[in-house]
Amino acid sequence: MPSLKELSKNAGLFTGGHRACGGCGGTIIINQTICVAGKNTVFVLPTGCMEVVTTIYPYTAWNIPYMHVAFENAAAVISGVEAAYKALTRKGKIKDKWNFIAIGGDGGTYDIGIQALSGAIERWHRFLYICYDNEAYMNTGIQRSSATPRGAHTTTSPAGTVIPGKPQFRKNLTEIIAAHGAPYVAQASPSHWADFTRKVEKALNTDGPTFINVLSPCPLGWRFPPDMTIEIARLAVESKFWPLYEVENGKYKINHRPRKEVTVKEWMKLQGRFRHLFTPANQKIIDEIQAEVDKEWEKLSRFASLSQGEAD
Amino acid sequence: MPIRALTGNEAMAEAMRQINPDVVAAYPITPATEIVQLFASFVADGLVDTEFVPTESEHSAISACIGAAAAGARTMTSTASQGLALMHEILYIAAGLRVPIVICEVNRSLSSPINIHCDHSDTMGSREAGWIQIYAEDSQDAYDSIIQAVRVSEEAFLPCMVSTDGFIISHCMQRIETLEDVEVQNFIGEPRSPYSLFSKNPITVGPLDLQDYFFEHKRQEIEAMYLSKPVIKRVAEEFAKRFGRKYGFFEAYKLDDAEIVLVACGSTCGTARVVIDNLRKNGVKVGLLKIHVMRPFPQDELSRLVGLSTAKLLIVLDRSDTMSTMGGPIYVELRSALYNSRTRPLLVNYIYGLGGRDIDVEQITNVVLKGEEIKKTGKIDKPVDYIGLRE
Ligand SMILES: Cc1ncc(C[n+]2csc(CCOP(=O)(O)OP(=O)(O)O)c2C)c(N)n1
Ligand code: SF4
Repeated sequence: MPSLKELSKNAGLFTGGHRACGGCGGTIIINQTICVAGKNTVFVLPTGCMEVVTTIYPYTAWNIPYMHVAFENAAAVISGVEAAYKALTRKGKIKDKWNFIAIGGDGGTYDIGIQALSGAIERWHRFLYICYDNEAYMNTGIQRSSATPRGAHTTTSPAGTVIPGKPQFRKNLTEIIAAHGAPYVAQASPSHWADFTRKVEKALNTDGPTFINVLSPCPLGWRFPPDMTIEIARLAVESKFWPLYEVENGKYKINHRPRKEVTVKEWMKLQGRFRHLFTPANQKIIDEIQAEVDKEWEKLSRFASLSQGEAD
Repeated sequence: MPIRALTGNEAMAEAMRQINPDVVAAYPITPATEIVQLFASFVADGLVDTEFVPTESEHSAISACIGAAAAGARTMTSTASQGLALMHEILYIAAGLRVPIVICEVNRSLSSPINIHCDHSDTMGSREAGWIQIYAEDSQDAYDSIIQAVRVSEEAFLPCMVSTDGFIISHCMQRIETLEDVEVQNFIGEPRSPYSLFSKNPITVGPLDLQDYFFEHKRQEIEAMYLSKPVIKRVAEEFAKRFGRKYGFFEAYKLDDAEIVLVACGSTCGTARVVIDNLRKNGVKVGLLKIHVMRPFPQDELSRLVGLSTAKLLIVLDRSDTMSTMGGPIYVELRSALYNSRTRPLLVNYIYGLGGRDIDVEQITNVVLKGEEIKKTGKIDKPVDYIGLRE
């Protein structure tokens, strides 16, 4: 695993001065990624906050090859870039090794981009797809996505007098990608940077499609003060809402087991998007969310111990 | 020159084999499927060393092409109809990013109602996307145009689509003079790309471009369209010099003294020529203007055309409609192109052949004879009418 000192050498590849909100989880994730990936990397971003805030012409925060085409096709675009790399390498026109990374929001990944992502993984291109999951379409003003948690207020799942926020539970994309049989699939959080950067390194050293889903707290959309980003990311992990785990060649491993019991409520109460749930009438929604989190953790633990059994 | 019997699809696939692009990303759709299949077999048999990306949709196919082209690879794809429509969003992006890509397109009507046969509604619907558009009359034209398109696209820094009439050209066998592989390779030369992602000086491709600069960048793209004209001309001249077959923005057939001019594009031009030959025997002064390049639209070149100064009536045949209630796309554009010309001829429009309906010699003869009437009286009852329609 690269040391912090080594990682910091690449710090200038993603420059300051971009226009993300203070405390944006997405830019922290890009920075941590780029520090591992280094300069021989092509980044492809779909439309979304990270694209919009980093490349307002004539400025760019990318001191490294970057490309944006549209909202739903980052995985397809990187397929083409990687195919070109193979063809040009074969013809002796490229000599160095290059990394290929697509970084998309949950909208561009869970929803509109899932077809392209699924196709690219099935074709087995060598690339890493990172989803910075801020659990809504932030760029267009905080609309619900299939990654938005149950109960959250968004502008298209507003907390009204009859419907208290998003009715459905979130989609489990990490499991969907794992089901593709990709050789390396993981879930990470910017709060656990050592775990995350190790995962990026592992993914980039894998010969095939890899995927890392990273929780990306968004002060604007989740409604919390910008200095709380890492704390909120950490609580998501500690409350088991966002387990850190990896699936390597089909084998599950939980990377972090919280030591003390933290309820999801403790994570939720720091965010304005869940505020309406903290009434006696809506208590049952919080209970349902907790039950869902417990069930998912239990399932994940079972997968992990089964994999353990296989390994022995 | 090896002479072979090939269908339109085989001719396009053969051109692709000889071009040997770095990357082909494609998805099958009738009637273009064969092109993809044939190309896949070239890859499987090691006849090309292309990286073939069989994507999960046309949307992804064209997206992958953009990625590949931006990475500096010579890139091609093939599609038709709904496939082109599914690419629509990304067609604009390819042109805006100024990446060279060539599409082997096969014209097919757009749903609904669903239909797999030829009309031009698919490519005509993409006229505004910023792509150079070439309409082939037959398999020979398709073969020759694809080879030229590679150069045109790379030298103009604009993507280019060449289309054939679905089933009429795509599936009919024709005698074709092909070139030797080495001749094709020498003609197209090394890939020229405007930029590459794999660079020591990293570039940002596709940034957000707001009020400050977007207009200037679009203006540059429009300028690229203007500048593509001399490129198209130069490449066609070089092709003619080397291989003896001449193409250009349009082809003028018996236009010099024509008083009635049929205007068409695609396979119908062949039928029109037969009509013209027949009618000429009876002293009818009729000629053909075959539109070969639809984008950029050759307005200046057309206005200068000698035959158009003698023409009293243009009969424009359109294989699609604009749904504007003003007639088909060629009619609308030609009318606009000739508006300022001193000798502005009368224009009538016939929509024909939608969804693959046949058009024959008799039908075209009839519209020319009707045209004789219009020419005499100067009276146009129906500026836009239909051929071969049960009404
Ligand atoms: C085809 C298409 N539909 C809709 C949009 C509008 N749009 C742009 S970004 C975006 C949401 C992005 O959300 P997400 O991927 O979660 O990224 P975030 O902005 O949250 O970082 C939407 C809906 C678009 N650009 N293209
Ligand atoms: S809205 Fe959220 S995701 Fe977007 S830049 Fe601001 S903090 Fe980041």
